[in-house]
Amino acid sequence: MARDSDLDVAYVARLARLNLTEAETELFQKQLGDVLKYVEKLRELNVSGAEAAAHGVPIFNVFREDAPRDWFTAEEALSNAPRQTDGLFIVPKVVE
Amino acid sequence: MTAKDLPALGIAELQSLLRQREVSPRELLEALRDRIEIVDREVGAYLSLDFEAAAKEAEKANVDLPLGGVPIAIKDIISVAGQPCTCASQILRGYRAPYNATVIGKLRAAGAIPFGKTNLDEFAMGSSTENSGIKLTRNPWELSCVPGGSSGGSAAAVASDTAFGALGTDTGGSIRQPAALTGIVGLKPTYGRVSRFGLVAFASSLDQIGPLTKTVRDAALIMNAIAGHDPQDSTSLDEPVPDYAVALDHDLRGVKLGLPKEYMVEGIDPQVKTAIDAAVKHLNSLGAEIVDVSLPHTEYATAVYYILATAEASANLARFDGVRYGYRTENPKDLLDHYGRTREEGFGPEVKRRIILGTYVLSSGYYDAYYLRAQKVRELIRQDFSKVFEKADALISPTSPVPAFKFGERTADPLQMYLTDIFTCPANLAGICGISVQCGFAEIDEKRLPIGLQLLGKPLDEARILQIAHAFEQSTEWHKACAPIAATLRNA
Repeated sequence: MARDSDLDVAYVARLARLNLTEAETELFQKQLGDVLKYVEKLRELNVSGAEAAAHGVPIFNVFREDAPRDWFTAEEALSNAPRQTDGLFIVPKVVE
Repeated sequence: MTAKDLPALGIAELQSLLRQREVSPRELLEALRDRIEIVDREVGAYLSLDFEAAAKEAEKANVDLPLGGVPIAIKDIISVAGQPCTCASQILRGYRAPYNATVIGKLRAAGAIPFGKTNLDEFAMGSSTENSGIKLTRNPWELSCVPGGSSGGSAAAVASDTAFGALGTDTGGSIRQPAALTGIVGLKPTYGRVSRFGLVAFASSLDQIGPLTKTVRDAALIMNAIAGHDPQDSTSLDEPVPDYAVALDHDLRGVKLGLPKEYMVEGIDPQVKTAIDAAVKHLNSLGAEIVDVSLPHTEYATAVYYILATAEASANLARFDGVRYGYRTENPKDLLDHYGRTREEGFGPEVKRRIILGTYVLSSGYYDAYYLRAQKVRELIRQDFSKVFEKADALISPTSPVPAFKFGERTADPLQMYLTDIFTCPANLAGICGISVQCGFAEIDEKRLPIGLQLLGKPLDEARILQIAHAFEQSTEWHKACAPIAATLRNA
């Protein structure tokens, strides 16, 4: 497992599309460094015989009929939109 | 029985009054509203209330239904159509849920009336409700202490007689721990037992919805209403639901209770240890056989939990992008600036911390070392439980290593806060069920603070842990004690 010094909070924040102040970056670097040091203990274990468990209960391949049903109207889907026009979500320009 | 006495009652007691027409659902709602006005200024359990809509439901309530006419408080991370659903985050300020969670439909079908939304740690991330981005919730037993979390608002409401019962969610202990810290009952059902459709997702492989109530019987009554398969939640189990309330009255003769040696470790508050030891003796005197068991991977659970939960949270919270709903930043210069600042301004510090950690453990080059390894250790933890459940019907432990702590006592060091989940998060990792019931008091600075006993059960064996908790509760006096702030009004 990687050492905690590998964590570059500023870089990861960019991946997460989350701006941080310098003070937050510094604080998280220290605090998450401690958390990563704590989780190092998982390296002690031999996990070669264990299958990765996605969750605790065995459920696999849940299917349902592909049947049409009533759901949101466009108006309902837009009811919480910060900006909208003509039934569309308005966002900053993406392509020049 | 006068109107001012009504809020002190539990659901089972209300039912009989309602059915005998000694009180109407409208009177009940009004009594609750009056109580909230007096008490919640100090406790701060609620984020929003809609008594107007609730009154309309009360007018046509059918009191002969299982929960007919009973108002139920809802943690503000579960969608109730037309109501706010803030998740205690500024990023969802002003948002109104456009549809109902399945549990809300089920509660209404059973006759219950959702009337208010309760405070929580932002997006359910925390163990003290101090991470709420909206307000502080205080422990009704001692207002300078936290109510636990993340379902701290639901727990404080029930403990201060401002709710007859409430729904919470439990991802690493968020129902059981606040229940313990406020002296009430909290049940985390088996993963898949209760539909999560309409619950705002935090960690999808761990989250479950469950009840917080004054008594074990009340928890059984709410479970009867909300448990069961839902085609809208692909992780929901298609298994029959027993009548949990009918199953309650069983004595404990022949029941085998496992005492995991790893759960009585250093770091437990001595008063908590004393109370648990006494509870174990008491259960033994009721006929239960106590067997020593071992869950050898317990010490790794918190580490596994914080890798998996943050990884899943970082993915789930990617949807808060300021495009379709929620907060949006002003005048972004481009799309990246729009995302980066919307999320910077909308999320609080703990949510940001977890998004960073979760993104890191999933990032290229680290996935195998952290996320994949944690999933494998999770399987070892699950196997630990499978093995001990061959020898024991249920397991006993403290719910929390400490009673309620002071505001600010643990916020400086996130790791210390994370370790308060040490006895509760293994059940979420393994997908099993667990319940907390009060088993004593700690005396701190001449104040009494409740202590919780946790019972863990096999997958889908909620009926069993409810039975044991009920037998314990009914043969002890703890559940009759009430928080000072509620007591002054009970006897007024």
